[in-house]
Amino acid sequence: MALERSEVEKIAHLARLGLNDGDIPQTTETLNNILGLIDQMQAVDTQGIEPLAHPLEATQRLRADVVTESNQRAAYQAIAPAVESGLYLVPKVIE
Amino acid sequence: MHQLTLAEIARGLADKQFSAEELSRSLLARIAQLDPQLNSFITVTEDLALEQAKAADARRAAGENSLLLGAPIAHKDLFCTNGVLTSCGSKILTGFKAPYDATVVEKLKAAGTVTLGKLNMDEFAMGSANESSHYGPVKNPWDTSRVPGGSSGGSAAAVAARLLPAATGTDTGGSIRQPAALTNLTGIKPTYGRVSRWGMIAYASSLDQGGPLARTAEDCALLLGAMAGFDSKDSTSVDQPVDDYLAALAQPLAGLRIGLPKEYFGAGLDARIGEKVMAVVEELKKLGATVKDISLPNMQHAIPAYYVIAPAEASSNLSRFDGVRFGYRCENPKDLQDLYKRSRAEGFGAEVKRRIMVGTYALSAGYYDAYYIKAQQIRRLIKNDFVAAFKDVDVILGPTTPNLAWKLGEKNADPVSAYLEDIYTITANLAGIPGLSMPAGFVDGLPVGVQLLGNYFQEGRLLNVAHQYQQVSDWHNHAPKGF
Repeated sequence: MALERSEVEKIAHLARLGLNDGDIPQTTETLNNILGLIDQMQAVDTQGIEPLAHPLEATQRLRADVVTESNQRAAYQAIAPAVESGLYLVPKVIE
Repeated sequence: MHQLTLAEIARGLADKQFSAEELSRSLLARIAQLDPQLNSFITVTEDLALEQAKAADARRAAGENSLLLGAPIAHKDLFCTNGVLTSCGSKILTGFKAPYDATVVEKLKAAGTVTLGKLNMDEFAMGSANESSHYGPVKNPWDTSRVPGGSSGGSAAAVAARLLPAATGTDTGGSIRQPAALTNLTGIKPTYGRVSRWGMIAYASSLDQGGPLARTAEDCALLLGAMAGFDSKDSTSVDQPVDDYLAALAQPLAGLRIGLPKEYFGAGLDARIGEKVMAVVEELKKLGATVKDISLPNMQHAIPAYYVIAPAEASSNLSRFDGVRFGYRCENPKDLQDLYKRSRAEGFGAEVKRRIMVGTYALSAGYYDAYYIKAQQIRRLIKNDFVAAFKDVDVILGPTTPNLAWKLGEKNADPVSAYLEDIYTITANLAGIPGLSMPAGFVDGLPVGVQLLGNYFQEGRLLNVAHQYQQVSDWHNHAPKGF
């Protein structure tokens, strides 16, 4: 099943990746090549096979619901592109 | 001094033949002189290295004598290092000085290692040639017109060129074993969950594992022993004691049962590599091993399943790079959507974008069962093949790669052709079992690797087999000309 241009645009939007118009044909072709490889899976008989999510079949470990971390805001915001008064700055969201 | 292995360095430091500071200064000078030919380092941490080396010398003077005290290493640039650029080979992590150390970094630091720097890699560990790095491709020291393999290509090239004795790497589909094979090194991917992933920037979380690359199995045992162990900060870390890998090395191979999967020696394998691999088998027989032909019938389905599971997990993991909290942000975003889309479009390279899009598609409404669930079912078939095989054999042996190191740029036009190079390594990640690659000789002056796969938590056995082979062979001692 080959992807159309409109589907590639939709996937890029879902992934929040900007795409230049000029790149779309090449991107579509490459994605279709990869999906061609992936589609080889459909020939495998997997009827009744339980999907394997974790190689050791481990389940999520739980811990006591207590505070373990200390406040590191200053250290973490020191590497942010734009901050002010302890807040991350982004373009205006609400008019 | 640059020819010394970690084990030899441990003896030299213990015998006071040289200090950790002298050793680090000598290697830093060598990196400055030779690395421009290879591009294996993204960052050289000279000040940090000298500070750690002096501290190691002081600890030794105070009576400490642990084996890694003062040992120079470097980290693949996806292990977070406090206050040092951690780039993951990507433009999107421009200026990202990690605010903490990864568990692996912390453990190796506590063991007394000296960090010489951060090593180049395929962007977000996505690649088999180390050509997708924002910091430029890495060259193979055995032939600088060829790739060193990937994604731990910087780690492999630097150790192979004797710029340092050992390095950390990570392996999601072969990213330790394949570059080890293409550069004449020994490298091991442990059992999933054996080495903490905390602070190791994620590519595909259910497949990623950290491990060492070095020149000998003994050095890998030394380093892995310090890297492995339970970590409460990694929810998939396994709470099980770490075996004594060094003690395991000496075990005789008499009675070792080796399985040779017919699928590893079929069409697609360079026959000259096959011959080298079979020569290793003959040597192991002389050491007392027995050999059995086996079959792993689902191996052929591993690549399609991997290229669903890994991109799906990557598309989720890489959603955190949004241009808001750290890393690269585009100029003058007009609104929040534009900020996300342009920061990510400008910050990620082509291969990363491709895999994010494949993963996004595979996980999108209406396709989840056909892709992700199907791939996970195949994953179980692959695991079942190994479980069945390990009832009759102790280790599985075959080539690490189907081909020798290829020319830079040769596979760039067709990503799928590069994906196929991982055919022999990818199954271990899907099943979660440990795998090791070790030197097996040369074809046309280029290194060949042989791969050993073991049952869960059999790292010690793999290192033992490789070490015993290295007692009767000297491929691992060959150094590339000019280095």
